[in-house]
Amino acid sequence: MTEVLSISLVTLRVTGTATLLAALLGIPAGAMMGIFRFRGRGLISVLLYTGMGLPPVVVGLVVYLFLSKSGVLGDLGWLFTERAMITAQTIIAFPLIAGLTMASVEALEPDLRLQLRSLGATPSQEAGITLYEARSGVIASIVAGFGAVISEVGAAMLVGGNIAGHTRILSTAVVLETRRGNFGLALMLGGLLLALAFTVNLLLLRLQAPLWRRR
Amino acid sequence: MSTNPIYRVQGLRKGYGRGWELDIPELEIPEGCLYSILGPNGAGKSTLLRVLNLIEAVDIGRIEFKGKEVLAPASTRDRLEITMVFQRPVMFTGTVWHNLTLGLRLRHLKPGSHLGDLVDQLDLGGLLQAPASEISGGELQRVALARALACEPGVLLLDEPTSNLDPYNTALIEHIIKKAAQAKAMTIILVTQNVFQARRLADQAAILIDGKILEQGEAGRVFRKPENPQTAAFLSGELIFKQKGDTDEYLLTQEN
Repeated sequence: MTEVLSISLVTLRVTGTATLLAALLGIPAGAMMGIFRFRGRGLISVLLYTGMGLPPVVVGLVVYLFLSKSGVLGDLGWLFTERAMITAQTIIAFPLIAGLTMASVEALEPDLRLQLRSLGATPSQEAGITLYEARSGVIASIVAGFGAVISEVGAAMLVGGNIAGHTRILSTAVVLETRRGNFGLALMLGGLLLALAFTVNLLLLRLQAPLWRRR
Repeated sequence: MSTNPIYRVQGLRKGYGRGWELDIPELEIPEGCLYSILGPNGAGKSTLLRVLNLIEAVDIGRIEFKGKEVLAPASTRDRLEITMVFQRPVMFTGTVWHNLTLGLRLRHLKPGSHLGDLVDQLDLGGLLQAPASEISGGELQRVALARALACEPGVLLLDEPTSNLDPYNTALIEHIIKKAAQAKAMTIILVTQNVFQARRLADQAAILIDGKILEQGEAGRVFRKPENPQTAAFLSGELIFKQKGDTDEYLLTQEN
């Protein structure tokens, strides 16, 4: 039971940190892509949308190569640590959060930003209010990013190593217990994974309703 | 032309596709007057208004606002004295009060007694705590007008503020426009297709057709004795669309 609790805590810490980092990077990037028109924007949009389908195992492999002893970032000593898993999962969640934020900003009424400028908004006020008006899509992007990283196995297994008490998370534990033939335990861990995802998504979706309408 | 124009526009061109959406060699708008821009649908009236709000880019041309050359689009500081009521005003998430005070909050100002007077005059008292997304079309235009006037602008731009409104809302909005024009040293630029409304309200008028100002001057003179035949046809409602040769292009003309 203590082990299950430890696995759940590591899962929340790794996926939570990765989602937070991806949101901190992805929301401003997506908002800028949605608001501004510049050369190369089309290509970046296609790259972002392609990134939404990145196979976690490929991300894991690339991060592994960078962090391995002979890799460019090998000196950091991050391989088979939570930091390596957070790095890989941030890369997985970033395009989802940035791409969906961009799409939700683009879907706003075209005159919204002109109206703000006409009322005297500075560029930073305009960006902040635009993002608030697009919050449903932005929250959905965080939900999608979190869903992608809490359920992935490939990257976590490759760069984390599934070490008991250190880098074992719920998804990699399910794989391990299935291989051992402990189907009952694997199913229980899978249920716990779903329950965690459900609780986090419930909290995130509460943020979608405007403050003044929340009950 | 006034010797003291608030706007002086020279050689303005804004393009799209194959033609110029706006092509205005010269336009001067006197300070403190109610200036009406009339024209049919698609004439470029809303685009011109956004250019005058300094929020829309132009391809070529020089714009002077209060004697100072400004960029289009201009910096926030250069356009703080101008507010605009859009044809379809955008309401932001929150209550009517939240929307009414938005321009003030963006300027880091607190609502004063002036806003209370506006709320009374525009009959918005019962709506202040209502979600802005749930108000009717007439209420929306009244809130948008109050929101623009709350900032006490030097220039108020109105883009067809009473289109599709019932007589009560139209009369209320026209009353406030007239009052603002008389009480304040405010320049009001009213874009409309409604010749009767322009006649009721405007001191000066310009007729914009196909992106070109065909006639401008003292409103009474423009409406009574238009010098341009196309202007005369538009004002008398005789303007028609005519196919250009065998092409799929159409021109506005008064000829049959």
